[in-house]
Amino acid sequence: MKSFTYERAETPAAATAAFARTPGARFIAGGTNLLDLMKLEIETPAHLIDVSRLGFDRIEATNDGGLRIGAMVRNTDLASDARIRRDYGLLARALVAGASGQLRNKATTAGNLLQRTRCPYFYDTNQPCNKRKPGSGCAAIGGFSRLHAVIGASEACIAIHPSDMAVAMQALDAAVETVDAAGKARSIALADFYRAPGSTPHLETVLAPGELITAVTLPKPPGGTHIYHKVRDRASYAFALISVGAVIRRDGSGHVALGGVGYKPWRVAAADAELPRGAKAAASALLAGAKTSHENAYKLPLVERTLAAVLAQAKG
Amino acid sequence: MKFDTPATDNPIDRLKVVGKPTNRIDGPLKTSGTAPYAYERHDVVPNQAYGYVVGSAIAKGRITSIDTAAAKAAPGVLAVVTAANAGKLGKGNFNTAHLLGGPDIEHYHQAIALVVAESFEQARAAAALVRVQYDRAKGNFDLAKSMDGAVKPPPAFGTEADTRFGDFDAAFASAPVKLDARYTTPDHSHAMMEPHASIASWDGDKLTLWTSNQMIAWSVGDMAKTLGIPKENVRLVSPYIGGGFGGKLFIRSDALLAALGAKAAGRPVKVALPRPLMTNNTTHRPATIQRIRLGATTDGKLTAIGHESWSGDLKGGSPETAVAQTRLLYAAPNRMTAMRLATLDLPEGNAMRAPGEAPGLMALEIAIDEMAEKLGLDPIAFRVLNDTQVDPEKPERRFSQRRLNECLEIGAEKFGWNGRKAKPGATRDGRWLVGMGVAAAFRNNLNEKSAARVRLDRNGTVTVETDMTDIGTGSYTIIAQTAAEMLGVPLDRVEVRLGDSAFPVSAGSGGQWGANSSTAGVYAACAKLRTAVAEKLGLDPAAAVFENGKVRAGGKSVALAKAAADGDLVAEDMMEYGDLAQTYQQSTFGAHFCEVGVDAMTGEIRVRRMLAVCAAGRILNPKAARSQVIGAMTMGAGAALMEELAVDKRFGFFVNHDLAGYEVPVHADIPHQEVIFLDEVDPTTSPMKAKGVGELGICGVAAAVANAVYHATGVRVRNYPVTLDKLIDKLPDLA
Repeated sequence: MKSFTYERAETPAAATAAFARTPGARFIAGGTNLLDLMKLEIETPAHLIDVSRLGFDRIEATNDGGLRIGAMVRNTDLASDARIRRDYGLLARALVAGASGQLRNKATTAGNLLQRTRCPYFYDTNQPCNKRKPGSGCAAIGGFSRLHAVIGASEACIAIHPSDMAVAMQALDAAVETVDAAGKARSIALADFYRAPGSTPHLETVLAPGELITAVTLPKPPGGTHIYHKVRDRASYAFALISVGAVIRRDGSGHVALGGVGYKPWRVAAADAELPRGAKAAASALLAGAKTSHENAYKLPLVERTLAAVLAQAKG
Repeated sequence: MKFDTPATDNPIDRLKVVGKPTNRIDGPLKTSGTAPYAYERHDVVPNQAYGYVVGSAIAKGRITSIDTAAAKAAPGVLAVVTAANAGKLGKGNFNTAHLLGGPDIEHYHQAIALVVAESFEQARAAAALVRVQYDRAKGNFDLAKSMDGAVKPPPAFGTEADTRFGDFDAAFASAPVKLDARYTTPDHSHAMMEPHASIASWDGDKLTLWTSNQMIAWSVGDMAKTLGIPKENVRLVSPYIGGGFGGKLFIRSDALLAALGAKAAGRPVKVALPRPLMTNNTTHRPATIQRIRLGATTDGKLTAIGHESWSGDLKGGSPETAVAQTRLLYAAPNRMTAMRLATLDLPEGNAMRAPGEAPGLMALEIAIDEMAEKLGLDPIAFRVLNDTQVDPEKPERRFSQRRLNECLEIGAEKFGWNGRKAKPGATRDGRWLVGMGVAAAFRNNLNEKSAARVRLDRNGTVTVETDMTDIGTGSYTIIAQTAAEMLGVPLDRVEVRLGDSAFPVSAGSGGQWGANSSTAGVYAACAKLRTAVAEKLGLDPAAAVFENGKVRAGGKSVALAKAAADGDLVAEDMMEYGDLAQTYQQSTFGAHFCEVGVDAMTGEIRVRRMLAVCAAGRILNPKAARSQVIGAMTMGAGAALMEELAVDKRFGFFVNHDLAGYEVPVHADIPHQEVIFLDEVDPTTSPMKAKGVGELGICGVAAAVANAVYHATGVRVRNYPVTLDKLIDKLPDLA
């Protein structure tokens, strides 16, 4: 770990101003991912701005009947909130499928969205990795790729986004609210939040430098049956091989998003439209254009079969 | 004391303390977090500095330059050790690669430098500033591609590379029912809880090392040899060990570099291997490729058994002896085994819990399941039919005890095996396909000479000292039980001190020899002390009965403590062995049963229940033995379903080198486990009449799980681990 300075911001404006003032700064909230990466010198911020005391720790109703989840709401608190459990069961289930109790007690809503890939080559600083060291190459391509992306990847990076929470939020049409150093606020649909790796896999989101997430909003409750099916090699405390988050209504229509397949929670409008026709149709719409290695080709049939399990469960 | 004729009645047979389910005497220290593990020995020596290991970034080649200037100039740095300034170093008898590499690099993450600083954080930060240039050489990292070049290795661990008996080729060729299949097991990591860790302190030319080590005397010798100093100048202290599984049988880089760092810094230095370094810096269980050929008559008698295994290791290393158990497990008049060893430039392969038998049975016990199906026989009936009570290669040599059939039959009854449908894929429980599997467990018993010192003081307290280690197994407790039984005192009158090279040399912990061997050493010392006590008290040693803190003979009864009234009585002895292990084949046996559910849609596999039935001689402490077996069953379930060090065959290293990437079972993966021990004594092993269970417990488990997955799904997976990606294409079609 490199030496760094630290300050605790008291207001959002102070946080973004501190960021603008200090080269090499990073925001820190729960720290469950950033601190690990700093110990390994994968992240080497010169300055940390603690944003955990900015008051973004509430879940409030919005005017359009949805919810605004403060950026600093802890994963445990979010998963156990009565409104989330009642109206957005998919989100609660995805949250408790992720990490461990201890981690969820620390991890925040915004931090969860911004967690970085668990690609083992990203974690080993001896190996080339375009995400960690732009231009150095990608060791995962042609290497151990059983867990890697099957869709949306590039010649430069095949890493996946590891979040469970984000998969649920994607299926629930969430949006990310931010504020920048000039005090300008904006809302970004989660669907537009993550950047495709292309030739710049180190740029992971559309956030501008110093732009601070203040909340995640959910539209009004979608109804239907909420299912999160996370598939993994062991029963708990493992990242998904793939996951399916779905809201299925009685008539068979609904929304579906996938985890463990790409650089972001994977959602395709055409696939939602195919849901009433069944898993095969929806899965082929979701995975159109997929590219696999011999080690991760299993993810394609696994997505289809897991989606079929989800649809069967929704039918009861 | 020499043990060369089968044991007759002795004080242990009273079983007042030995054989009783007994809580760990070190339990309160463990549960309260106060057992002193190596890295936390802040108390032993002041002014400890911190060392951080730099591992090689390449698997094979040379360091062309190593620039430590920036590291040396970093805040708090006291010294930087590399091969260039460490002085001439030897290599231990038990190490294959050098513990400090450079300029030649033998494997990935081989230690090439140690940075010593005032704080851990300073040492770690400075370690990142060491700049190394390499000249990368082409290495050999792919076992499958190296099979053709693999050679016949010299005998290892008493096992010849090739054995032949009868006429295997002819018998196999003419067998009416045959199996010829290939199986693979991956590289495994010990993944013990406590990392390798050491604190080193020099007093002049004398080194003290507080470390985490299974084999004190081996490691004293190897440390002395590596440093080029006399053995007498090395003291190793390792009273508590947070898991070893074979990964701590030897000194590793933490120990050597702590010693070198302490010398360079002129003060004590502590070094722990960070988790990401453990996988590639230390040792692992090597992968195997195995071919098994079985031939049988139509009524199910095996006529030919052939087992070949290929594994790899660094130059100078040894094979994974995966065929060893096949020489002894089932009867057949015609048999062959062969091992071939490829030179690989991956990290060092070495012992891991039940080396040889564990991966060997992973393959053999699937093959037996497959053969039973071909023959239309129940897998238990098939095994029972092919039991042998003699060494199949030397029929005049009997097993000292062999109750495999009972293990299988008792287990079948307890597990509800008889309700199992023979046809695979025929049992459903909602979305789950349900299957049951069975496998035989087999592990040889080894006896190693072992010494101990026993002291009686005027308060009647008995203190046992031996360099035996407790790697989480319960050594403290069974040694205390042995001394208590021998001297007729309650358990709380016995104090046990372990893991210090200042104590008499024991068998150590490995090869499941520790329990029987170390307690036999304590038995010998206690027998000597009993004589001294009786003589001191004027009693006939041959007639003296030690009971309830008293010694009784010839109508006279005296308090034991009285014998030490005018000074401690001390006795030291070693148990040595004659040739009973040659006269008899001493082995431990068991049967593992497993029920799994496989999600018919996703292929997710979850273990539902497990049972082990073990016959392993006298069980000294059924509670600790049960813990050993359920731990081993858990490890076996991991080997079956998830554990695999993923090899990067281009760069030559294990990619998933942390506990996020190398998955081991969590609590949620392990359901109800039951263990049954058959009531057995084996008088040929020692006066304790015991054997080991810690490795028996893992042998066969993975095959029982794999066979259960087959029974659930009808999909046979021969390449471990059995993960859903290997099933998914063959599962039932979607409705």
